[in-house]
Amino acid sequence: MSENVKIAVKDLNIIFGKHQKEAKKLIAQGVSKTEILKKTNCTVAVTEANFDIKDGEIFVVMGLSGSGKSTLIRALNRLLEPSSGQVILDGADVLQANNEELREIRRKKYGMVFQHFGLLPHRTVASNAAFGLEIQGTPEEERIKKAYEILKIVGLEGYEEKMTGELSGGMQQRVGLARALANEPEVLLMDEAFSALDPLIRGNMQDELLNLQESLKKTIVFITHDLDEALKLGDRIAILNDGKIVQIGTPEEILTEPADEYVRTFVENVNRANIVTAQTIMFEKPTRIELKREGAEVTLRKMRNTGLSVLPVVDENNKFIGFVFDDDVVKIRGDKSKSIRDIIYEYSASVYLETPASDIIAAYRDSSIPIAVVDENGKLKGVVMHSAVVSEIIGKDENEIRTDIKNALEI
Amino acid sequence: MKYLEIGKHVEKGIDWLAQNAEPFFDAITVVIEFLVGAFQDLLLMPHPFLMIAIISILAYMVSAGRKNFFTALGWKKGRFLGLFTLIGLTLLYLMNFWNETMQTIALVVSSAILALLIGIPVGIQTARSLRAEKIIRPILDFMQTMPAFVYLIPAILFFSVGNVPGVVATVVFALPPAVRLTSLGIRNVQSDVVEAAYAFGATEKQLLYKVQIPLALPSILAGVNQVIMLSLSMVVIASMVGAAGLGQDVYKSILTADLALGVESGLGIVIIAIILDRLTQAAGENTNRK
Ligand SMILES: Nc1ncnc2c1ncn2[C@@H]1O[C@H](COP(=O)(O)OP(=O)(O)OP(=O)(O)O)[C@@H](O)[C@H]1O
Ligand SMILES: [Mg+2]
Repeated sequence: MSENVKIAVKDLNIIFGKHQKEAKKLIAQGVSKTEILKKTNCTVAVTEANFDIKDGEIFVVMGLSGSGKSTLIRALNRLLEPSSGQVILDGADVLQANNEELREIRRKKYGMVFQHFGLLPHRTVASNAAFGLEIQGTPEEERIKKAYEILKIVGLEGYEEKMTGELSGGMQQRVGLARALANEPEVLLMDEAFSALDPLIRGNMQDELLNLQESLKKTIVFITHDLDEALKLGDRIAILNDGKIVQIGTPEEILTEPADEYVRTFVENVNRANIVTAQTIMFEKPTRIELKREGAEVTLRKMRNTGLSVLPVVDENNKFIGFVFDDDVVKIRGDKSKSIRDIIYEYSASVYLETPASDIIAAYRDSSIPIAVVDENGKLKGVVMHSAVVSEIIGKDENEIRTDIKNALEI
Repeated sequence: MKYLEIGKHVEKGIDWLAQNAEPFFDAITVVIEFLVGAFQDLLLMPHPFLMIAIISILAYMVSAGRKNFFTALGWKKGRFLGLFTLIGLTLLYLMNFWNETMQTIALVVSSAILALLIGIPVGIQTARSLRAEKIIRPILDFMQTMPAFVYLIPAILFFSVGNVPGVVATVVFALPPAVRLTSLGIRNVQSDVVEAAYAFGATEKQLLYKVQIPLALPSILAGVNQVIMLSLSMVVIASMVGAAGLGQDVYKSILTADLALGVESGLGIVIIAIILDRLTQAAGENTNRK
């Protein structure tokens, strides 16, 4: 279900200016944006955009100022008329809809939240929240009731009869969100919805949006120029550079496999520790000792072969138990009364695949003891060396990290 | 010897209009006469003392604000205009200008209403279409720079003498600020509010009535104030074509060099001006604050 495509954007071009035909020809010839502006006086805001937005995902579009983000999102509900292409929402091209159909699409399928809120200052909070329903002709009593419900959900209970001008920015944007949610849209369009807010409030709003999304499961198109915000909110992120989509991927993919120099410079500025997870930096399929079958001799042989002084121990179901150290193994060698079980070090923390690097660092008690990565059933998936996490947080590229991990494992 | 007879050609055109569009002008005459007559009758119907009381209380209520009729705050805000109206109108009554005063108010209010009825819709149109703006702006400039006296001549040709040509000339003269301030107010509505309305599927009409006009209201009301003041400033000029009221007395005082009459009737116009100005300003302020 969640893999269904909600909106498919195909070959979308958006050009501002009078001589669109010429501009289009030049685009086809691969002429650059600045050249086109010089020759035709047309601004090419978006070129050849192709992407799918899946049902129920948060799709983030990120790019610097002027990269065409607002233009792109406005093409989805045709606040801006694209020059060519298709925006297929639930199988029908929005760009082919006539005026009446378009209004119906805007009323029923989309809700939109704006950077500067776009509220009506002469009306109360409740009446603002009910605006979308009012436009649809919902009777007053019903729409106000609905508005009260939604305002409660977004945390504005008790403010319903205040004028919007009396509220703080964060609260105004909650009204904006309530207004967008009140007509129960399938797709939520959010153009830099949190950019005008204080950092602290912005963080809160992001958390709340994620919370809401857990129960709402709307398709959300979220525009931002802030990579941290994109990484936090996005199930997938599209990166826009100068009107072109240069990469689409999960936050993880964007960080670990930046498609080009532009994305890379973007990514370098982010605090990687919050984003990179155990899965990315762990050493996969580590050599392990199976408690029931393998004793001291086998362990020593494996240690010799891998050159490692520490190995993880698992039970017969590959469930992680602890680590063994080479000097402990040497001590019990030949002693029939002792087994590996007696020397397992069980106090090392284990982390999940999706644990971010910053939390892994916090889990280390002793930098010489690695940390095991397990799945939700406690099965061993990999091992993370302290040095690997550190170098990741410092921010080296993937290959460097891989060699770091190898080096670390060989110590 | 003039080489170019622009004036003659315009005159010919206007003569032609006066003869051929007579039903049209007759219709306008009927409307204006009815409007002015109705206001005059209404204002002169009660005894002057009763009317003075009504207008003074009204002035107090408007400037005190809707919720504050009986509060200390309301008294503080409303007492000036309330008392000024009471004293001013009593003064006019004592100077034996009562009929003229009411006639003047009837003329000014009728002209202002007509100017607003035309000006506000035109202003809305110019705000919403660049082409309309391009056509209408120079016309407004023309209307505002042409000396007001000139409007009297075609007004006489079309409507002969009396209140009607006076009102017509006044409407033409007082119209521009209604158009300009309405248009300005609508253009200044924040673009993201307009965008939001469209994004939720508003029709053009819904956008206009639910968003643009309410948000432009302070500016539109400033336009109302200006229209009324300009209408009042036309009172004397309009009296030259026979419009009734205090303007007649001022005009007469000029012709006969009667200083006493001039002072008295001039004072009367000032009193009316202050009352109308403060009244419309207060109305505007109280809607702004809401
Ligand atoms: N109405 C317009 N007419 C002409 N050019 C426009 C118009 N709107 C946007 N542009 C141009 O299109 C390009 C993309 O603008 P857009 O507003 O989509 O950028 P953005 O990524 O949203 O930037 P920001 O972060 O500043 O909001 C810019 O070069 C801009 O100057
Ligand atoms: Mg933008």
